[in-house]
Amino acid sequence: MNLEFPRIKARVTRRLSLLICAAMLVAACGSGDDRARESVLNRGIGAEPESLDTHKSRTNQAGDVQRDLGEGLTAYAADGELVLAAAERYEISEDGRQYTFWLRPEGRWSNGDRVTAADFVYSFRRLVKPQTAAFYAEQSLGDVVNAVEIIAGKKAVEDLGVEAIDDLRLRITLKYPVPYFLALLTHPSTFPMHRPSVELHGDAHARPGKLVSNGAYKLQAWEVGSYIEIVRNEYYRLNEQTSIDRVRHHFTPEDTVELNRYRAGELDITFSVPSESFDQMKKERPDELRVSPFLAVYYYGFNLTRAPFKGNPKLRQSLSMAIDRETLTRNVTGRGEAPAYGWVPPGTNNYEPRQFLYADMTKAARHAKARELYREAGYSEEHPLRVEIRYNTAESHRRIALAVQSMWRDVLGVESTLINEEAQVLLQNIRMRQVTQVFRLSWTGDYNDAHTFLSVMESDNPSNLTGYSNPEYDLLMDKAATRSDPELRQVYLEEAEKLLLSEHPVIPLYFYVNKSMVSPRVRGWGDNVLNYHYSQHLSLSDSD
Amino acid sequence: MSYLAAIKPIVRKSRENRTIVVSLSILLLIGLLALIGPWLSPHHYASTDFEHSFVGPFAGDWHLFGTDDLGRDLFVRTMLGVKVTLFVAIIASVVSLGIGVAYGAIAGYVGGNVDAVMMRIVDALYALPFIFFVILLMVVFERNFLLIFVAIGAINWLDMARIVRGQTLSLKQREFVDAARLIGVSGRGIIFRHITPNLFGVVVVYMTLTIPQAILVESLLSFLGLGVQEPQTSLGALVNGGVGNMERAPWLLLMPAIVLALILLCFNFLGDGLRDAVDPKKKT
Amino acid sequence: MLRYALLRILGAIPTLLLVIALAFLMVHAAPGGPFDAERVLPPEIEANVARAYHLDESLAQQFVRYLSGLVRGDLGPSYRYRDYSVADLIGRALPVTLQLGLLAMSLAVVVGIAAGLTAALSKNSYVDRFVTGVAMTGISVPVFVIAPVMVLIFAVYLDWLPASWTGGSGVSRLVLPGVALALPQIAYIARLTRASMIAVLSSDYVRTARAQGLRTRSIVRYHALKPAMLPLLSYLGPAIAGILTGSVVIEEVFGIPGVGQFFIRGALNRDYTLVMGIVIFYATLVILLNLVVDLLYGILDPRIRGR
Repeated sequence: MNLEFPRIKARVTRRLSLLICAAMLVAACGSGDDRARESVLNRGIGAEPESLDTHKSRTNQAGDVQRDLGEGLTAYAADGELVLAAAERYEISEDGRQYTFWLRPEGRWSNGDRVTAADFVYSFRRLVKPQTAAFYAEQSLGDVVNAVEIIAGKKAVEDLGVEAIDDLRLRITLKYPVPYFLALLTHPSTFPMHRPSVELHGDAHARPGKLVSNGAYKLQAWEVGSYIEIVRNEYYRLNEQTSIDRVRHHFTPEDTVELNRYRAGELDITFSVPSESFDQMKKERPDELRVSPFLAVYYYGFNLTRAPFKGNPKLRQSLSMAIDRETLTRNVTGRGEAPAYGWVPPGTNNYEPRQFLYADMTKAARHAKARELYREAGYSEEHPLRVEIRYNTAESHRRIALAVQSMWRDVLGVESTLINEEAQVLLQNIRMRQVTQVFRLSWTGDYNDAHTFLSVMESDNPSNLTGYSNPEYDLLMDKAATRSDPELRQVYLEEAEKLLLSEHPVIPLYFYVNKSMVSPRVRGWGDNVLNYHYSQHLSLSDSD
Repeated sequence: MSYLAAIKPIVRKSRENRTIVVSLSILLLIGLLALIGPWLSPHHYASTDFEHSFVGPFAGDWHLFGTDDLGRDLFVRTMLGVKVTLFVAIIASVVSLGIGVAYGAIAGYVGGNVDAVMMRIVDALYALPFIFFVILLMVVFERNFLLIFVAIGAINWLDMARIVRGQTLSLKQREFVDAARLIGVSGRGIIFRHITPNLFGVVVVYMTLTIPQAILVESLLSFLGLGVQEPQTSLGALVNGGVGNMERAPWLLLMPAIVLALILLCFNFLGDGLRDAVDPKKKT
Repeated sequence: MLRYALLRILGAIPTLLLVIALAFLMVHAAPGGPFDAERVLPPEIEANVARAYHLDESLAQQFVRYLSGLVRGDLGPSYRYRDYSVADLIGRALPVTLQLGLLAMSLAVVVGIAAGLTAALSKNSYVDRFVTGVAMTGISVPVFVIAPVMVLIFAVYLDWLPASWTGGSGVSRLVLPGVALALPQIAYIARLTRASMIAVLSSDYVRTARAQGLRTRSIVRYHALKPAMLPLLSYLGPAIAGILTGSVVIEEVFGIPGVGQFFIRGALNRDYTLVMGIVIFYATLVILLNLVVDLLYGILDPRIRGR
């Protein structure tokens, strides 16, 4: 049953031919000279990773570095295509619950040890062990037999549905079929772990000089507050294809500072582009500015557990309709973001995103309808809605909140107050559901599937922060989850989104884009919806 | 001696001092502009206009200082910033003044062991990394406008306490204090009716020097994103917003920065001048 | 002298305890915990994390745990940088902040004194007016305005100096932040030096020396310089505090991995142990430096030596 990823094998053979070509090229040039000149890539990655221990981190930034250092059973190619990585072949049982992976016999750790199925078993067990307290344990392995029980301390780690059949064969048993399971296995938390070094160094095993990894690079240095440096792993199975010898992942929490560094030639790739400078970059360096869709949605949530939004879909819809998303994306965010009239971003695999019914109406008609609904909900010019908009402190959120405030005032006469809070405070307030009314949030897809977005709105999902709870919606999601027929599953998911949008528990504002400056000397950069750019796919031209 | 009588000689001397006259006039002018300017402009500080963002200064439709990223009029916002900043700074100074004067006067007047202990506490508080506590305070109590005043005031009272104590020590030796004590005025009466009025001159001078410090702390907090709530603003917040846009729209940085620098310069010059007027010995 | 120093150090212990208690209460009173994120953790994982970091204990238990660690010299693990301990982090960040602080401090002292003396010796001349004016501006314009403008001019447009910490090496990357950090202190010291030098020059004994026919240069060098520097010495304490505060902003603007940046990140991320560690460390530093300044003062000023 290999319906989801038919292109994997084709990619592998293409890779193989690439390898042969590369080998021939190296032989033809004579390798002496290019070896002497080491190529170094400097890339900005945003905030500093909290840890390189794949079980202790959770930020995308940590993931970006970990994907260079390690390798899971599957991975993504430069264009975002799912490919096999540490595994060379896999089989799925008829009922879709049992996965068997054949590891590549040439897989090596950065110290030369062989990568075995036992390394995966060790890693998976450590991931779900309660003492590890891994953030991603449930996200990555929650569908595996007994994983949730082990995390909750109710079963022993040995009960996990993962076993090493022999040195190179690994079997994973799921509770039910999970169509996106191969995509979950690209996440760094599912990378294998080198047991001897973890047991020797304990909590410090992921530090420079101690970390043993199985990817294209190995950890050289971590200058806290400044950068992480990684160098070529000579033992890596595709070492011959790795072009860049040394990569520095610079921490660039401030996008304006980052852009200055890029312009001063200190960085080859930026993590972001500040909106203040976006137009200027577009004009001055159009070839270096890379913008592409990203699987993430920016939205305003309602507190559905309290007045005025509890049981008041008309008011919610009227507020949603009064926001002019075209103006918002053109004049306020201004970096090529797509206006969001639905919940699941375009570009999601095997899915046809739904839209609000009003998406096709003209602006004037929309506003008229919004005012009508506003009145029906019991508000008017004399009796305006008074509401607080909360957002976490950041320049972009501030601008959007101001824009939404003025749109609501102009169209409906809503009197809103802006409250910016620090991220931790805002989250706490949202979770308490006491003082919040409207609040800013976003959701980033973990894998390329509509499920990662739609599951957020399930009643029992901890990340469902609006308090939305609809048994009908949950039922549709359950049906989709247990269906192994992909087409039927898609129908259920789309039905769920349609239902969700008709109830307006959230106001999706826009779908994010990836925006980076990429120096002309960087080759092999591929735009993709997950914004993964493995350093091993990149190379540097020698022109300058 | 009344409070009014205490500042009379300062006023007299100040009239003769050009620095004081000039800086005070500029400050009054800015303050007046901040009060009436927004009335004269057709724009409101919070109204956005997405079709007219980043309009340059003096470029039509009465945008004297141009517009910001959301098309809001920068002149009106700068004037609002002046109002908010001055308000914050003055309240903060009054807080520090209240604590500092009471603390310093009591320590200086009572003297002895009480004085020693009280001054040791001041020394101990000096060792606290205050800026860290202010940041923590802002984090703990979220964005509470009132708290900004109190936090900033709480930083600045230590200097005031030391100065007031020193002055009180010397005033205590003077005849009128002895006279008051002889006719049976209580300690509290002497401190608040006889000593503090005599401190008034010094206190006014140091307050003009405390205000620019308070402005700086406020703008530092704004720089760290811990300032007032939008669409309200302060000069620090405006400058901070301008920094991000300084290449595309330098006026967003320059206009509020110039106003901020001007206010700070005037306060510093004013304080210097007043200090000279109060204490001719220190004239530099 | 030694006894005085010991007494002062003992006297600082209550201050330190106050700092620790205040900081502990404040970080734990802040809403939100170190592990909250938009992607909310499933309850069983949240419980595991709390247990791993003893956050499930009562506040009093946590405080005792922290204090007992502190007595053993253990500042605890960082919650944000999960591979590192707080001591590791401070140990890494401190050399950076020290380099920057020392550079700024020496710049401030050398340039400030030179400018102040020049101005004092040519009182009311154009040079004096210029120095006074520049110094006043230096005090008045906030460092977070000066620093980005300097980056724009010297790193982006002129391309003379690196825009950030990691973009350069050695001294070059210290120049812009060092100068920006030093500017307000240069201004203060110049003003202070000028005022105090003028006061000393108009004092009786200098007038006597002058009446005896000594040249200005030797008067300044042998009679006026030392007493004129005394007020400066007592300013060193506030100056150090000012540089510590300023370095928080400067480190943010230039992306310098110093202690100030860790503090802000720590406070925003609720990295309880990191914030506590830095506060305690800085308080200790300020107390010790003030003590050194006091002792120096005692050595240089004969009037209070007998104390």
